[in-house]
Order: sequence, then structure tokens, then C-alpha cells
Amino acid sequence: MKILVCISKTPDTTAKIEFKNNNTTFSGDGVQWIINPYDEWYSLVRAIELKEKDPSTAVHLITVGTADVEPIIRKALAIGGDEAIRVNLDSADPYTVAVQIAEVAKQGGYDLVLTGKETIDYNGSAIGGMVAELLDLPYISLAVKFELNGATATVTREIDGGEEVDETALPLVVSCQKGVAEQRIPNMKGIMGARTKPLKVVEPVATQPLTHIVSFELPPAKAGVRLVSPDQPEELIRLLHEEARVF
Amino acid sequence: MSVFIFIDHSEGHVKKASLEALSYGAALAAQLNTTAEGILLGTLATDPADLGKYGIKKVHQAAQESLNALDAQVDARIIADFISASGDSVLVFSHNTTGKAIAPRVAARCKAGLVTGAIALPDTSNGFVVKKTVFSGKAFANISLNTPVKIIALNPNAYAVKEGQGKAEIMPLTASAPTPKVKVVSATAATGHVPLTEAELVVSGGRGLKGPENWGMVEELASLLGAATACSRPVADAHWRPHNEHVGQTGIAIAPNLYIAIGISGAIQHLAGVNRSKVIVVINKDPEAPFFKAADYGIVGDAFEVVPKMISAVKKLKGK
Repeated sequence: MKILVCISKTPDTTAKIEFKNNNTTFSGDGVQWIINPYDEWYSLVRAIELKEKDPSTAVHLITVGTADVEPIIRKALAIGGDEAIRVNLDSADPYTVAVQIAEVAKQGGYDLVLTGKETIDYNGSAIGGMVAELLDLPYISLAVKFELNGATATVTREIDGGEEVDETALPLVVSCQKGVAEQRIPNMKGIMGARTKPLKVVEPVATQPLTHIVSFELPPAKAGVRLVSPDQPEELIRLLHEEARVF
Repeated sequence: MSVFIFIDHSEGHVKKASLEALSYGAALAAQLNTTAEGILLGTLATDPADLGKYGIKKVHQAAQESLNALDAQVDARIIADFISASGDSVLVFSHNTTGKAIAPRVAARCKAGLVTGAIALPDTSNGFVVKKTVFSGKAFANISLNTPVKIIALNPNAYAVKEGQGKAEIMPLTASAPTPKVKVVSATAATGHVPLTEAELVVSGGRGLKGPENWGMVEELASLLGAATACSRPVADAHWRPHNEHVGQTGIAIAPNLYIAIGISGAIQHLAGVNRSKVIVVINKDPEAPFFKAADYGIVGDAFEVVPKMISAVKKLKGK
């Protein structure tokens, strides 16, 4: 059993969002970079749990990025996983990234590809579905629970206003969110071990990006809160009804 | 260039998010001097021709009942085959759970540029540029698409449903559907409740409510307003409320017209899930709660005194 876990680098959840170069680039100044939480807390930890149950399982991590993502992939290896692959390419185009992951997945003959439900920077929610289509595999999106019984996966996924339980045979692509696993903090043994785990760098396959970021913008600042006296909640209801007109 | 809109339905009814996508697609078609047409896989409880009132001229329907259940791989194949035979086009999905499952597959299959989480009509004055939310609602990105097929997944609650007059012509869509590889074992829909992602009004509670036994007033206020209920992460983690009510960075991201936060301090991770709400109301006894900085209206006060008075005021307003 071989699992490929997709790892992305994102700014910390509390990072100040600013742009530079005429609003065309995210300003990484002073930003702490982290593993995309959905990749780390749910996909990666679930893969590690599957390996703990069946030690013959191989857990490989993949990231698409230039050398500056290596501290992030080492941090992921400190949490778990046997080895990592970095595709040497910096791209914000989801299709370009998906093509690289699909290529590695195909070459490596993986049974299961796990992604987070989205990255917290581009909020695309696109990579898993694209990888699945490129590999002609089923894709179960927004999983909240993932169980494996031999080569059969039972996955509970979020649907609009509820949940659905799906069953399918491997190979499979799944995007994970809260519920699939619980966050783990790397221990000292993991951190030391991560330094010597193999990190293979491969060159990207040729593909054309299908989208381009023209610019970024920040939302207009809020006018400020209008406070109502705690003795007059009925005034708040009046304002919501007559001024904001929300009901 | 045509505009096609994927019609997402459940239990025979078109989802509200999909009606928004239809209205958006119709407006986009008008902008591009072309027609908007729906793609319907499966069957509805009502006549699909009635969807013409949202501005679409045709509905291409593959009317097999087997297609009523979503299978992303099967659906994407049918849509991609249809789109590939239709020349240059724009395809619109809702960025709801269905759109997230299908749109990326169609995009990869058609080599189409995809923008998910779109919040406005494209700027077509110079190319084709779509605005979407990024950084969990803290910023927007303008994304340029120059592929022959372009796909837009529209955020729920980002574009208002526009209803007019008209009937759509039903065109049979002959689909050679591959055999589904995924078996749906069971599905639970939260019936009787407004789905959070589609709700226009949301009343949400946090740790300040002290325990699950105090949710009665949250539910009463929500029910009077026809709102959905939500909660913060600590509340879901403590199992006071189910996880599918958790809004925030790691929960559900929502963009209702009104978000009332009761006893929620407003950590940045919570704001990431609700900052696209049009009007934010914060009830908190701590005047320093960071949520007040993101709020439009607020009351610094004890929720256990304030909320019951809000309930009476709403009752009076609604004549109950």
C-alpha cells in the first residue's frame, strides 16, 4: 500500500495579508510560513495512522515548489512519512500543479492520494479533483471520515447541509478536512529523524498554465462598529430591520 | 461563445446556490451578447422549462434517473463531452460541495482555466478576468483566463437570484455515462434546517454561552428570523454543538447577509470563516473582544440579558 500526501506551503493563519509589486505579489515580509493546515492536520496525520495500523504502508509526501519550501516539507517529515518528493516548480496555476502531482502519482503507482480540502491562501479546492481526473480515478471531496478495509475505502464526506457515506475501491483521491484526523505535534525523535529522510527533487513535466493572477486587492475597510446600549436590544433589531434591511 | 450553467439539484429541487449561478450565467451571457443555457443531469420534481425565468434559454437535460445521485467522475465526463462539442464557452458552477467535486474534473478534462470562489461577474473589457476570494476572505485576486473553455465556480451568496419571466427550451442531452466507481452507502441531510452555506441569516454562539443547555435562546432567535444556527470551534470541539455547525477557518466558510455572533470573541481563525458576511452583529460582554473591530453593529453586554430582549423585539416586529 502506497500513499501520496500532497503538502502545500501557506502563510500562517494570523499573517498580515499585504501585497507588493503593484499588488501583483503576496508580500511575504515577516510572514511565518506553515504547512497548509488541512494538509498537515488531516491528510498527513490520517496517512500516518494508516501506516501505524499496517507498517508495510509507505507514506510519501509531495510538494510542488522551489527550494524555499524545503523547511516546510522537513517539518511535515518530522510529523511522519517515509520520504518526500519536491517537484521543482513555482506555480499558482492549479492545473499546472495538478499535472505535476498526477505525473508523480502515476510513476509511483500510488493506491491513495490525499490532499487538504483547500489551501488557506488561494482557497482553490481544485487540485484533488484535477489530479483524480488526470489519473482517471474516483475523487471523494471534503472527507470528514476515512476508513480503509483492505482495498476498500469507506469515506464520509460533506454534502450541502448534511453528510454522505461513500464506498469505493482503491486507487482513489480524497480531499480531507476536519474530522478525518487530529493535529499532531512533532516530537524530538521525529524532528531529528526528518533530517535524514530522503527528499528527492524532480524536475517538472512541461505544461502550460491555464490561469494567471493579474492582481490582488484588499477589501474596503469596515466603517467601524455601531454600538447599541445593552438596555436597548430592541433598538438593534430596529436598526437591522430599517437601516441594514437584512430582515 | 455560449454560457452554460450546471444545474445542481437535490431531491428534485434546484439548490438556491444553483439559482444564483443561473442568474449569474444569464447576466454574463447578456454581457457577452450570447445566450445562457443550463445543463441538467437527472430529473426535477418541477418542469425544467420553468428555469427559463432565471434567464436561461435552453436546458440540456440528460434525463436518466440514475443521474440524480451525484457521481463526480460520471457527471464530469458527461459535462466535458458536451462542452468539448460546443466550441468556445464559459461554464458556470456553484462553488458548493457539488461544484467542488465536479468543476476541477471538468477543467482538467477540457484543459479549461478554472476560477473557484468567484464573487463577481468577469471583467471582459480587456480579456476575461474573474475576481475571487483568497486568503480565507481577507483579500481578493483577479484571475485571467484565456483558454477556449473557461470555468467559473461562483461562491454561494455572492450573487443575488434574479427572477423574471420566460420558458426554457428542453434539449435532450444524450450521455454515454460510464459506470460509477463510487457507491453511496447512505446520506443524511439536515432536513428542516436551512443549510449553513445557503443561509441568508445566521445566528451563532460561542463559549460565552457557557454550555449546550443555553442554546435554546440561540435556536429561538434563529427560528424567529428564519436563520440557520452556527457555532465557534471551541463549542464544536466540546461537543456542545455538532461539527457541521462549526464556522471558521477549519470549519465551514459562510457569507450570509447577516451574521449574529453571540459570546464569540472573534479570533482571526473564526473571522476567516465569516468575514464575507454582509452585516456582522456582535453581542459580547467584553468590550475588548476583537470581534467588535470586524462588526457593523454591536452590544457590549451579557448575552443572557440581551438575547431574550432581542427575541421579544423580533416577536413584536413579526407580530407574534
